[in-house]
Amino acid sequence: MSVSLSMKVNGKAVSAEVDARTLLVDFLRTNLALTGTHVGCDTAQCGACTVHVDGRAVKACNVLAVQANGAEVLTIEGLAAEDGTLHPMQAAFKECHGLQCGFCTTGMVMSAIDLVARHPGADEATIREQLEGNICRCTGYHNIVRAVQLGATAMAK
Amino acid sequence: MYSFEMHKATSVANAAALLAQSGGKALAGGQSLIAAMKLRLAQPGALVDLSGIAELKGIRKEGDAVVIGAMTRHAEVASSKVVTDAIPALAALAEGIGDRQVRNMGTLGGALANNDPAACYPAAVLALNGTVHTNKRQIAADAFFKGMYETALEEGELITSVSFPIPKKAAYIKFVQPASRFALVGVFVAQTAGGVRVAVTGGASSVFRAKALEDALGKAFTNDAARAVKMDAAGLNSDLHGSAAYRAHLIPVLAGRAVMAAG
Amino acid sequence: MGATEPGVIGQSVRRKEDLRFITGAGQYTDDINMARQTAGVFLRSPHAHANIRSIDLTKAKAAPGVVAIFTGADLTGVNGLPCGWLITGTDGKPMNEPPHPVLAQGKVRYVGDQVALVIAETQNQAKDAAELIDVDYEVLPAVVNCVDALKAGAPEIHEQAPGNKCYLWALGDKAAVDAAFAKAAHVSKLDIINNRLVPNAIEPRCALASYDRAADAYTLYVSNQNPHVERLLMTAFVLGLPETKVRVIAPDVGGGFGSKIYLYGEETAMVWASKRVNRPIKWAADRSEAFVSDAHGRDHVTHAELAMDKDGKFLAMRVMTNANMGAYLSTFASCIPTILYATLLAGQYTTPAIYVEVTASFTNTAPVDAYRGAGRPEATFVVERLVHQAAVDMKLPQDEIRRRNFIRTFPYATPVALTYDIGNYDATLDGANELADVKGYAARKADSTRRGKLRGIGYASYIEACGLAPSNVAGALGARAGLFEAGEVRVNPTGSVTVFTGSHSHGQGHETTFAQIVAGRLGIDIANVDVVHGDTGRVPFGMGTYGSRSLSVGGTAIVKALDKVIAKGKKIAAHLLEAAEGDIEFKDGKFTVAGTDRSKAFAEVSLAAYVPHNYPLDKLEPGLDETAFYDPTNFTYPAGTHIAEVEIDPDTGVVTVAAFTAVDDFGNIINPMIVEGQVHGGVAQGIGQALLEHCVYDPESGQLLTGSYMDYAMPRADDLPSFKVGTRVTPCTHNPLGAKGCGEAGAIGAPAAIMNAVHDALSAVGVTRIDMPASPHRVWKAIQSAKA
Repeated sequence: MSVSLSMKVNGKAVSAEVDARTLLVDFLRTNLALTGTHVGCDTAQCGACTVHVDGRAVKACNVLAVQANGAEVLTIEGLAAEDGTLHPMQAAFKECHGLQCGFCTTGMVMSAIDLVARHPGADEATIREQLEGNICRCTGYHNIVRAVQLGATAMAK
Repeated sequence: MYSFEMHKATSVANAAALLAQSGGKALAGGQSLIAAMKLRLAQPGALVDLSGIAELKGIRKEGDAVVIGAMTRHAEVASSKVVTDAIPALAALAEGIGDRQVRNMGTLGGALANNDPAACYPAAVLALNGTVHTNKRQIAADAFFKGMYETALEEGELITSVSFPIPKKAAYIKFVQPASRFALVGVFVAQTAGGVRVAVTGGASSVFRAKALEDALGKAFTNDAARAVKMDAAGLNSDLHGSAAYRAHLIPVLAGRAVMAAG
Repeated sequence: MGATEPGVIGQSVRRKEDLRFITGAGQYTDDINMARQTAGVFLRSPHAHANIRSIDLTKAKAAPGVVAIFTGADLTGVNGLPCGWLITGTDGKPMNEPPHPVLAQGKVRYVGDQVALVIAETQNQAKDAAELIDVDYEVLPAVVNCVDALKAGAPEIHEQAPGNKCYLWALGDKAAVDAAFAKAAHVSKLDIINNRLVPNAIEPRCALASYDRAADAYTLYVSNQNPHVERLLMTAFVLGLPETKVRVIAPDVGGGFGSKIYLYGEETAMVWASKRVNRPIKWAADRSEAFVSDAHGRDHVTHAELAMDKDGKFLAMRVMTNANMGAYLSTFASCIPTILYATLLAGQYTTPAIYVEVTASFTNTAPVDAYRGAGRPEATFVVERLVHQAAVDMKLPQDEIRRRNFIRTFPYATPVALTYDIGNYDATLDGANELADVKGYAARKADSTRRGKLRGIGYASYIEACGLAPSNVAGALGARAGLFEAGEVRVNPTGSVTVFTGSHSHGQGHETTFAQIVAGRLGIDIANVDVVHGDTGRVPFGMGTYGSRSLSVGGTAIVKALDKVIAKGKKIAAHLLEAAEGDIEFKDGKFTVAGTDRSKAFAEVSLAAYVPHNYPLDKLEPGLDETAFYDPTNFTYPAGTHIAEVEIDPDTGVVTVAAFTAVDDFGNIINPMIVEGQVHGGVAQGIGQALLEHCVYDPESGQLLTGSYMDYAMPRADDLPSFKVGTRVTPCTHNPLGAKGCGEAGAIGAPAAIMNAVHDALSAVGVTRIDMPASPHRVWKAIQSAKA
């Protein structure tokens, strides 16, 4: 069965007819060619697919596209300013070497922004707990924690 | 994922009608259902999306209870001032479900209707002696949870809200299974109007009340009293991550910790 | 960052590759799409061991969207997948090397073995059709344990491998070892299981194969660590095509850790099929599929003994290991528990005699091959657990027993075939003691005890052999491939530089580190250096990225090419400056006539090379583009000491890593930030092995019981502490960078350090043995057994 969708993605209105079983992540990657959102698991645990729906971080691999109908969706591609100026969290990940292969990174950055919004001033232990929904195999999280701390400070400014 | 029909309900009555008509499943937050469908472990012919039903949302205090709409998301419960003031243990439990992204989608009603044997919410409903409100009736916690993924809900019956009587003291301690982060064992301890209630999730095929712990803690609400209880391993789950004996050992340990956390 | 200064080498330059990754602009294989692309899905065996009586495709072929379905029977003229290393057994015979079919041929040998390739318009359609394939299986008994597989009556997996034996191989002087044990004052013994792991790069494997009928040529995008090796093995050994007809591109790759070194059946079948359907085919594994079909790691069962004199001086070591190969020999499987394991059993110690026997067997499990560290974590685990036990037995402090046995004279020839060129093991041990504040340990332990917790400290002084390695030596040991690396430095007319390297980067940051080398050596701005890797169509050749070899081998190839560029530049500069070539010096980006202020900037020389109006055309070719192949003369030997502190809750069995310190000697370091990141990641994987990760097959059914993140525990941020990391430097003596490699050290040292700490903590309650992973349940059980 196909369903019609319309939503705002990274500030732009989009609409499409899709198979009802289309996941939000597939809609973003396939229909909109926004391939920065990745799929790393099939049990909603790794968080590589994290995007924001109406300002909340969700796992786009575990949400049907139709569940985001009418919503505002923000993906990694929508974070930086038009002129390319990075979001402070993106800049912090680079500065702190918070990424290696880059595959989990986009979801990690989207999750980190939501983390800081919900837990401003989080200490290291809280940051580690709150990153439970994002798995990184490269960094051992050490520099990701540093990046979230730096990003949080920069976002507070 | 297999193909299915998709319907969006506009009201509880409409949802019930759509479910009856399609023979499908209700879609709440979808955090368990969609995961199962992706792995082709669930094959509903139709989904009825409940997210557009305003009457299913919201948190309010009603007399001596906190009433939470079925479509209220875990993150909303965790951060609700009503809940943190009245039943901080419930807010803390919600904050520990899944991960932040899952809490942003998952709902109270969805979690209860699914009744995963390792889910957290059933322990709160059972220990707090909550009442599950549906479009047809009210179901007491003790009558709601029937078995693995099985509840008292009938075909076409939808949870609308849950009322949680405010306890004198309560706490929930979740001991995570290291991979899934679901409860290997979770113990919710509450001093309620009707006495001490202890609910255990993750331990067996469905959430259950630990009577021996309730009796012991009814006499002395202390860590030592909890620790002195010996749980029978018979009937408890045994898997890669923990034997029945281990779970039987953990239950009083966690109950004791919950007692201390309850203050 | 003063990125234009020659001092750019040794600086923590922020990574050039990051911008695309943090903005979502990375191009991983699954991000690439082609016109007329189809979706491929593999039907996999649900059984661990079964004969295929028949396969009925009728219904599946009629399903909506199906383009084609291929099974093993269709692959006529396609050979099996090769194994890249021939091990010769103690009997002088080559290992048993049964066929490794691209798609199952009449039999399946593990859950996940690929049976058919279904190609359809969409992935959902391909999955729907795959479910309609009717395979009639005759289910056979299965065996999953490498010791059980060798027992009489075990189900035989291959007729070419009687008794499921792959090889029995040995190294060392058995007689000398027996003699040393006979006169030993004390012998320490251990039984050890090195738990099976699933690599779990977060990007699941993915491939996109296409065929160009006009050129009769194929292009394969694949998530892979060494595209040239992939192409060589696929064309020469399996498909019988000239290399020129297959271009392999490994674009951005989301982690590898060994699992993406190999030539797998999936992409091979897809390349073959892309010609048959004359359309591009994409296959993207989901995580569940990755669990059953990626090559796994470790899976050893070992008995080890250490003979000592009365002072705790090591006299000899004896090691008996069983290694699980899985159902088929993966690309480098055979060399992992032999060449990369047994040769490391000397560790950092002067143990004069070592004898090791390795029995490799086939089981009904996924193939086992290199996973971060590959053989060396297993060796370090044996040595360092044994040394820990020896210290306990001899009542010596853990650091003291190590000091009493350290190698201090270099070069040092071990009794297990390696010659360490250099090292300073006291320096890394002392450094680790200091950074870990071992002096303050007693107070921390007292605090834990007050809180009812068990605290333990554990050491691991590891060594590894990296920078694989001299091709001739490897060849003599059975390698069927070379182990050099290639690099090309193309100076463009205006002085910018494009570097082509055979080392592939999938997280290691080569685009930055290699650019630092070039910028530093040429004295140019790092922004003017671009690094190209991962494409057989652009890079001259490459052996790829594994074994911590990229900098020491790949980086050296670039240095050798740079030397040629500078040498040619001097000739050009001599002409331009009307001086003798011998008088030209190159420094800080300028060619100068020695002792004068007459000079030409690097860009002036490069421009002259491409606009050769004033140029010695009679003696010198125009252009400035040099290639070098570098074959190392020895392995490199990174080493260090890791110290773990754990705290255990005896009520629940939960082990918390209270602190982890790593002090390593990687030789010279180009980018400290990247090196530290590599250590962090390796340590996290090592802690994962020690405490969390365990790949478990059901011993009866052969089903994978830990087939998703619901049951396979991946380390998460809150499982780990922040790490304390330090380095000490003894430059490698045989490559011009003095570099040794850093990619695997963490995964090599951490498991032993953690498990030694766990054993130390649990010794207080009488526990003497606990295997990895030290999960809460296992720790609790061990405590209960010790009490009983």
